[in-house]
Amino acid sequence: MRKRAPEPSRRQAGDKSVAVIDEEPGEAIDSPSLDQEAVKEAQKERLSGLDRATLIGIYHEMVLVRRFEEKAAEAYSSGKIGGFCHLYIGQEAVAIGAISAIRKDDYALTSYREHAHAIAKGMTPESVMAELYGKAGGCSKGKGGSMHMFDREVNFLGGHGIVAGQIPLATGVAFATKYKGTDQVTLCFFGEAAVNQGAFHESLNMAQLWKLPCIYICENNQYGMGTSLKRAMSFQDIAEKARAYEIAAEFVDGMDVLAVREATQRAVERARKDYLPTLLEVRTYRFMGHSMSDPGNYRTRAEIEQHQERDPIKLFAASLKEEGVLSDAEFKEIEAKVKEQVERAVQFAEDSPLPAAEELFTDVYANPIVPGKRD
Amino acid sequence: MAVVTMREALNQALREEMLRDENVFLMGEEVAAYEGAYKVTKGLLAELGDKRVIDTPITELGFAGLGVGAAMAGLRPIIEFMTFNFSILATDQIINSAAKMLYMSGGQFKVPIVFRGPSGSAFQVSSQHSQAIESWFSYFPGLKVVMPSTPADAKGLLKSAIRDDDPVIFMEQERMYGNKGEVSDDVEFTIPLGVADIKREGTDATIVARSLMVPMALKAADVLEQQGVSCEVIDPRTIRPLDIETILKSVKKTNRVVIAEESHPYFGVSAEIGSQIMERAFDYLDASVRRVSGADVPMPYAKNLEELAIPGVDQIVAAVREVAYLD
Repeated sequence: MRKRAPEPSRRQAGDKSVAVIDEEPGEAIDSPSLDQEAVKEAQKERLSGLDRATLIGIYHEMVLVRRFEEKAAEAYSSGKIGGFCHLYIGQEAVAIGAISAIRKDDYALTSYREHAHAIAKGMTPESVMAELYGKAGGCSKGKGGSMHMFDREVNFLGGHGIVAGQIPLATGVAFATKYKGTDQVTLCFFGEAAVNQGAFHESLNMAQLWKLPCIYICENNQYGMGTSLKRAMSFQDIAEKARAYEIAAEFVDGMDVLAVREATQRAVERARKDYLPTLLEVRTYRFMGHSMSDPGNYRTRAEIEQHQERDPIKLFAASLKEEGVLSDAEFKEIEAKVKEQVERAVQFAEDSPLPAAEELFTDVYANPIVPGKRD
Repeated sequence: MAVVTMREALNQALREEMLRDENVFLMGEEVAAYEGAYKVTKGLLAELGDKRVIDTPITELGFAGLGVGAAMAGLRPIIEFMTFNFSILATDQIINSAAKMLYMSGGQFKVPIVFRGPSGSAFQVSSQHSQAIESWFSYFPGLKVVMPSTPADAKGLLKSAIRDDDPVIFMEQERMYGNKGEVSDDVEFTIPLGVADIKREGTDATIVARSLMVPMALKAADVLEQQGVSCEVIDPRTIRPLDIETILKSVKKTNRVVIAEESHPYFGVSAEIGSQIMERAFDYLDASVRRVSGADVPMPYAKNLEELAIPGVDQIVAAVREVAYLD
C-alpha cells in the first residue's frame, strides 16, 4: 500500500489563496494549502473525532514547549545556557502532533532541535531545563547539553548533533524491536537538510528492504541553517523521494497539529501491524533563527510574518475556541499552569548543583577495564 | 585443544557466542549466503538462520549506524566490515554515535557492539585496500580496540569483545587468516581485554609488536638469539585500553625497546607507546626508543614495492641491534 503525496501547492500557480512570497532575498518554498476555510473545515472534522481531554492535553503541551523555549532563549541571552541552543518555536505541531499518536513505550529520536520532542515524549521540563543549564540534575547529568538529551525511562534516545546521524540509529532501534518481536514503533525526526545526507537514503533503503517499523518524519522548515531548500535540493518534493524506496509517504501540513497526529497514526498502524516504514514530509517553518546566534539575513521579515499568520498554536486555539472545546477562562487557566511549570523548571535548574568534578571521568565506558588485570 | 586457523578460531568464537546469547546477531556485506568474503562466517547462516546472520547492501554508514541503534535498544550486534578500509565510510557512526553515546547520555545508553573485519595489508591490493588504521580508532575515548595475532588470542578476545558492554573495534589481519595454532574448544574460554601477552621472554631488548608484526618479531628474536641477543616480545593485544604496565615492566628489565607496527609512523600507536615509555621509564632506558613502521606512503601495487612498504624481520633485527649498540 502506498499513499501518494498530495501535489505541493506551488503547482497551483493560479490558486489565488496561495500567498506569493517575495523571492529575494528570502527563498522559502510556498507553504502547503493556505486556503484557510479548507484548513478550518478539516480541523473541525478532526476535532470532532477526539475527546476533550486529548485535545486539551495536546494544546497544553504546545503552549508548554513554546513558553519553555521562550524562557530558554531568555536564559541563553543572560548567559545561563551555553553552547548552541536551537529553538523549535513555530514547529510545535510536528513533535507534539506526532508523539501524541504513539505509546509511551514507543521510541523517539531526533536531531539537536529537540527540547519539544523530549518534553512531548514525557521528559520533565525540569530535567530538560537543568540539562540546558549544564547541571547535575539534567537528563544527561549535564554532560550532553541542548543537543544531547536522553531518557531511558520514556524511550527518548536523543538528541543527535550530526545532521542525519539519528536516521540510521532510529532504523536500528526499529530493527531491534522487530528482532525482539515487540509491536513498538520508532519515530525518527529530522530536518529537510538531512535528506541530502547519504545516511537518509541508506536508512530508507534498509528500512523497506527489511520491513522495519520506523516512521521517518521530515520536518521541512525550509532552511538548513541559512540555506534555503531551493538552494540546496535539486528536487524538492521530499515525500516523493520515498518512491525511490517504495516506502509509503505522505505530505502533511505541519502547522496543523491534528493533521500531523492523524498522518502519524496511519503510519503507526502500518508499522505496528505490518512492520512497514513510512516517510512523512511535514511542511513547517521555524520562526526563530537556526540557533541563538543566527543573524537572520537570509530571509525577510515579511516571509517570517507570513508564516506566523499560521502559527500552529494560534490555529489550534482558534479551532478549539470555535468548537467550544475551551472557554476564554480555560485558555487562561492553561497559560497560568504552563507559566508555573516553566518557572518550576527554571527554579529546579537554578537550584540543581553543578556536576561533580569526578563526573568528568565517569560514563566513558560501561565496563571500564583496568589494563593488565586478568580476572 | 585443537590446531585450527585464525579464520576457524574466529568462526568458533562467533558461533559459540551466537549460540550462547540470542541477542547477538551478525550483519555485514556477504556474511550470510556468500559465507564471508574471507570465509570467517562459514556455516553460520545455515546453522543460525537469516534472522541472526544478515547480508547487507553495500551501505557501511547505514548498517554501522543501524547496529549502534540496535545496541542502544538492547541487542548485541556484530558488524562485519568486509575490510576496515570500508569502515572509513562509517566513521561518523562509530565515532560520533558509538563512542560517545554512553557519555553524552549521562550513562544511560551503553552500546555493546563489535565492529570487526580484516585490516592492514593483504596481497597486492594496493592503496585503498591496504590500510592499518588502528591509531584512528584508538584515539577516541569510548572505543576499545583489539588486534589479535594468534588463533587462540583471536578466539578468546573476540568472545570477550562480544560479551563486553562497550563498542569494540576488532581488527583481524588479512594475511593471517590462514595462520594455524592451538585453540581451546571450551565454550567458556575467553581472554580478557586490556591484557598484554608476553609472546617470548628475554633479557636484552623488548620488542613490542601487534598483529602481523608479532610473528615477524618472533622470527627476529630467533635470528637475534643466534647473534647472542635475548629478546622479549610483547603483544599488547588490546590497543585501547593499553596494558602499558606489562610493557614498562619489560623495558625496566631489558632497558631497550623497539616498537614494530605495520601502520604509518606518524601520530600512530607506536608514537603513543614510545611516549608513555619515555614519560614513565626514561631512567631505565639505555637507548632511545626505536620504531619500525610501515613506509609513510600509500600502499603501492607492485609486489617488490609492496614488500618494501611493509616492515619485515630484517628491519626489526636491525633496529634491535641499533638499540643494543651492536652495529
